Amino acid sequence: MAEQSGGPAGASFKRQSQAREIWRRFKKSKGALFGLVLLIVMLAVIACADFIAPYRLATKQNLAKKLAPPSIEHIFGCDSYGRDIFARVLHGGRTSLSIAVMATITSCLFGSLLGAVAGYFGKKVDSVIMRSLDIFMSVPDLLFTMAVVVALGANFINLLIALTLAYFTNYVRLVRSQVLNLSEQEYVEAAKAGGAGSVRIIASHIIPNAMGVIIVNTTLNVSKIILYESTLSFLGLGMPPPAPEWGLMLMEARAFLRTSPHLLFFPAAAIVLSACSVNLIGDGLRDALDPHLKS
Amino acid sequence: MPYRENLGDVLLNVEDLRVIYKTDLETVAAVNGVSFTIKRGKTLGLVGETGAGKTTTALSIMRLLPSTTGRILGGKAEFNGRDIMKFDDLMLRAIRGNSIAMVFQDPMTSLNPVMTVGDQIAETIETHNEKISKNEVKKRVGDILTLVGIMPQRMSEYPHQFSGGMKQRVVIAIALACEPELLIADEPTTALDVTIQAQVLNVIKELRERLGTSMLMITHDLGIVARICDDVAVMYAGEIIESGPVEDIFSPKAHHPYTAGLFDSVPDLRSDAKRLKPIPGLMPDPTNLPPGCVFAPRCSRAMDICAREHPKKTVSGAHSLACHLFGGTGA
Ligand SMILES: Nc1ncnc2c1ncn2[C@@H]1O[C@H](COP(=O)(O)OP(=O)(O)O)[C@@H](O)[C@H]1O
Ligand SMILES: [Mg+2]
Repeated sequence: MAEQSGGPAGASFKRQSQAREIWRRFKKSKGALFGLVLLIVMLAVIACADFIAPYRLATKQNLAKKLAPPSIEHIFGCDSYGRDIFARVLHGGRTSLSIAVMATITSCLFGSLLGAVAGYFGKKVDSVIMRSLDIFMSVPDLLFTMAVVVALGANFINLLIALTLAYFTNYVRLVRSQVLNLSEQEYVEAAKAGGAGSVRIIASHIIPNAMGVIIVNTTLNVSKIILYESTLSFLGLGMPPPAPEWGLMLMEARAFLRTSPHLLFFPAAAIVLSACSVNLIGDGLRDALDPHLKS
Repeated sequence: MPYRENLGDVLLNVEDLRVIYKTDLETVAAVNGVSFTIKRGKTLGLVGETGAGKTTTALSIMRLLPSTTGRILGGKAEFNGRDIMKFDDLMLRAIRGNSIAMVFQDPMTSLNPVMTVGDQIAETIETHNEKISKNEVKKRVGDILTLVGIMPQRMSEYPHQFSGGMKQRVVIAIALACEPELLIADEPTTALDVTIQAQVLNVIKELRERLGTSMLMITHDLGIVARICDDVAVMYAGEIIESGPVEDIFSPKAHHPYTAGLFDSVPDLRSDAKRLKPIPGLMPDPTNLPPGCVFAPRCSRAMDICAREHPKKTVSGAHSLACHLFGGTGA
């Protein structure tokens, strides 16, 4: 977890054993294990999408197959343009999940950095950051995202920016409170007494100790972002058609809800399953990383 | 140890140190005009009950008071002739851990739980020796661990894999990693079991002799003072009410009533085993100290003047005390 420069060579062995300890506790939770397996299977299938069902199938229109129900040839059926839903779900997963993961990472990095600075330096710096954040948060997420997407246009990068802006605030508050708490710890005091500067204290004493909470929060956020992203697509603010994307598929399926529910079912199931699996993993990690539950 | 003789034999000279903690609600007068000196290679014991201002004094010397509340109102702390109170951040970081190191009270909390003990020792060494190679650092970490009686192989273990006494040895190892001239130990054994206390104390004692380190030993335990200190300063409500060489403080001559009370409240330190007599009452509220002698409200020998007038220091040789009882007799 904590990369230390100049650590003795033996340290990596111990770190591994700590990771093993966490894994041992993680395994105890059946739900978390199930979530992990589910996610790995989904990721594997999505990663191999090109071999299973070429991208061409996901965008090729075939009006003869319009709204075709699931069959052997099209196991998930076809949508209103006669495109293969299975291929669209697979390739849509790539877009949806990669945006979700990237937005999680960028919002985590950006938010954590701001939170760490606010918490560690306190006083004026803290006031400026936190008051700006208050103003920022007083605008509803969705409204803000809409503004960004409408102003900049809907594409992968802008969507990433919009999602980052919607989610970084959580991390600012989370990391700030962690840092405030950890800065009070005696080992931080001791490190200062040893002559360590701010950078060293943040990098080697505060961040590694806040890591557990941040990791857990991050996994939980992935699922939130997957859902939020679908909401955006559903509102027509996500990836532009015809690119396959889960939220977009839901929106297109809406008109055929009564006659062809399979249009809705498969992308919805993909969203629910991925969000659930990440959530289960997050729950398990929270327990596994909590030293008080060590047994 | 390369002593710099020309600087005299005083390593640290604290003069009239005054520190407050200021919050929105109140102002705590934690340290009120404290003065003492620590000679090279000697150990000064700072004794007093909880809340006397011992930790605050130590943190002020390190300039590590909590930045939001703690404030140094005045005074000097000359280390090797240079006043630490005038140091800037860079100078402070250069002496912390390198020339002056500190051991905190609780070893359970003064080690980072997610960093190996070896890394934590290495960190201090690297902070103060930028050009040192990784192998050299590792070797020094091993050496210092051996010195405090821990097998070097254990450098890659985490704090939770050590017992309390071992943890405090690690903390001591970190403090001594750069061979500081002054070690400030803030109740280093208070959080430990009695049997372990003796071991840790022996480690400190031995290392101090081997490295020639001067020490400020903060404690409320007179037994520790008797075992390892050369000089003693007794602190009460932010003031040093009596100080002198250990022999003077432990000899049955004239003492401040508080010092006398301290001795009466511990079993069998001075020859005759009397009944234990704890000092009645509590320390005065530091937000509202009495105008006269701070000990007067609890003093069994208090006179009229004690409540009105702050006692002056009476000096006889190296022994000094601040009490109206002895006001007339001092030299
Ligand atoms: N951070 C702080 N904020 C406010 N008051 C404090 C703080 N730290 C210590 N004090 C007060 O200062 C006085 C001296 O405390 P301290 O130096 O810790 O005493 P000691 O170490 O001798 O037990 C006490 O009255 C204590 O309550
Ligand atoms: Mg204390």
